[in-house]
Amino acid sequence: MSSVELTRAGPPVALERPRIGWRSAAAVLAWLAAALVTRLYPDATRHWPLTEGLANLELALAVVIGALALVAPRAPRLARRLRHLAPWLVALALLLGAWELLTAKLGVLPVPFFAPPQALLNVYLSDWPRLLDSLWHSAVLLGFGVGLGALFGFIAGVSIGWSASIGYWLHPVLRILGPVPSTALLPLCFFLFPSSWSASVFLIALATWFPVTVLTWSGVASVDKAYYDVARTLGAKPSFLIFRVAIPAALPHVFVGLFMGLGASFSTLVVAEMMGVKSGIGWYLQWAQGWAAYANMYAALLVMALACSGLISALFLVRDRLLAWQKGAVKW
Amino acid sequence: MVALQKPASPGLAVHIEGLSHAFHLDGEPLPVLDNVSLDVAPGEFVALLGPSGCGKSTLLRLVAGLEPADRGTLEGDGDAITGPDPSRVVVFQDPTLYPWRRVWDNVAVGLQAQGLLKTQRGRVDAALAKVHLSEFARAWPRQLSGGMAQRVALARALVNEPRLLILDEPLGKLDSLTRIAMQKELIELWQRQGYTALLVTHDVEEALLLANRIIVFSERPARVKSEIQVERPYPRRRDDPYLVELRTRILASLGLADA
Repeated sequence: MSSVELTRAGPPVALERPRIGWRSAAAVLAWLAAALVTRLYPDATRHWPLTEGLANLELALAVVIGALALVAPRAPRLARRLRHLAPWLVALALLLGAWELLTAKLGVLPVPFFAPPQALLNVYLSDWPRLLDSLWHSAVLLGFGVGLGALFGFIAGVSIGWSASIGYWLHPVLRILGPVPSTALLPLCFFLFPSSWSASVFLIALATWFPVTVLTWSGVASVDKAYYDVARTLGAKPSFLIFRVAIPAALPHVFVGLFMGLGASFSTLVVAEMMGVKSGIGWYLQWAQGWAAYANMYAALLVMALACSGLISALFLVRDRLLAWQKGAVKW
Repeated sequence: MVALQKPASPGLAVHIEGLSHAFHLDGEPLPVLDNVSLDVAPGEFVALLGPSGCGKSTLLRLVAGLEPADRGTLEGDGDAITGPDPSRVVVFQDPTLYPWRRVWDNVAVGLQAQGLLKTQRGRVDAALAKVHLSEFARAWPRQLSGGMAQRVALARALVNEPRLLILDEPLGKLDSLTRIAMQKELIELWQRQGYTALLVTHDVEEALLLANRIIVFSERPARVKSEIQVERPYPRRRDDPYLVELRTRILASLGLADA
């Protein structure tokens, strides 16, 4: 009897172990190949600085993945994550290798407009103070704009959803001002506001404000009336109905609005920085393009992509925490 | 001078006289209650029976103070009912638990709204124990079955120690086995707590099992059609010949003689 159970339990384990190994081995090999191509294949048009540095970086990644794969059989969580990530690790190595081949090694893509990976690496090593400074200024501008927009959007949405008389006055403003792309107001705002910075804060806030207001409002308006009846018979005052019933019930809608608002704020931020503000990632992009420093432009774009997706991920984390009660319900 | 004390009974005396009420649909008044008069003694269990949509639930909303009545007198212990009050709590057909609050926090809503929660947390635990759901205090409402959710709603009402419990078809959406179990629980809780109970139901048998008195309403606009005293001790058996006979009479007065 025990032998039957042993054979039944046997195969899945025996099958699973080599699979972890194969996927990680492929990733290690892919990064090793990328490192070898970078290191050994001669550059086509000119010798790029930091080619060896890039190769060493790729080699280091291969070593790290290999080391993790060796530890993995003793750490089930790490093994699962590694197995999950391995296909992407392979794909990234191939993409980076192809990029390197098409630019530095074969010169297929024209040089000033397409920079090889080691040129980006060079930018990060030589120009990091300016990049960091730009990132910081963008973050401050975005923080003020999104913060104010989300706050006022939330307040406006709850007010319109709650009070018919506030809705009477705010609703037309929302209908007229809301759908206008805030970047269209840029020239007007640079003229009206004392500084281009305050004008940009206003425009980013406006871009965030509209979706947050509309979705908060619709969230508050769609709260089941029975929730209020129950609370009222249990002795709830109006403040309790707003803060303990209407707002928590509307929160899933509010988060949809925040995601849309954050997305809209990014584009407004970059346009504002390109048009008037003399700092920030948008300004850096414009400046790099003006000097035909395309490697700097790509480097800044990559930083911006990571920063924006990091912010969206952070918002997802906050949402999952605050809306834990929804878990298992339909998610978008 | 000795201050005038409220009656010592935990149950509320309800006095309804000449109550009329109408809804307004597209500007047209739609009468739902027509000159309803009814007296409920403290601690009495009264069931309201009537055809679907006749206005029974509206009567409950008026008694709860959720809406003002168009015309007539509505009093609890001699005081006019002008708004909702935690001494008169409603349990609706849907449990309407707040999905963003755990079971314990749902039961605590009343005390929290009245600012009593900080000092009287034990009452929440006691109410959950009364409906046998202490182990589910940390669960989310979406994790509960229909019957469990309705028992949480009952605990949320009972934690306020209501003097009048208003039950608007609370068992209407439950399966028949759960309903039988909860009918028993409702009776036990009512006997233990001594509150006055007003129950709206479509189920003649349920009214016969639970109520001291059954009020039969007419079609909309609702008028009191007949009143039936149910003089039987609890727990009652549904095959009790006296109840079976009453059932036939009530169905006849509802115009369903052959049912």
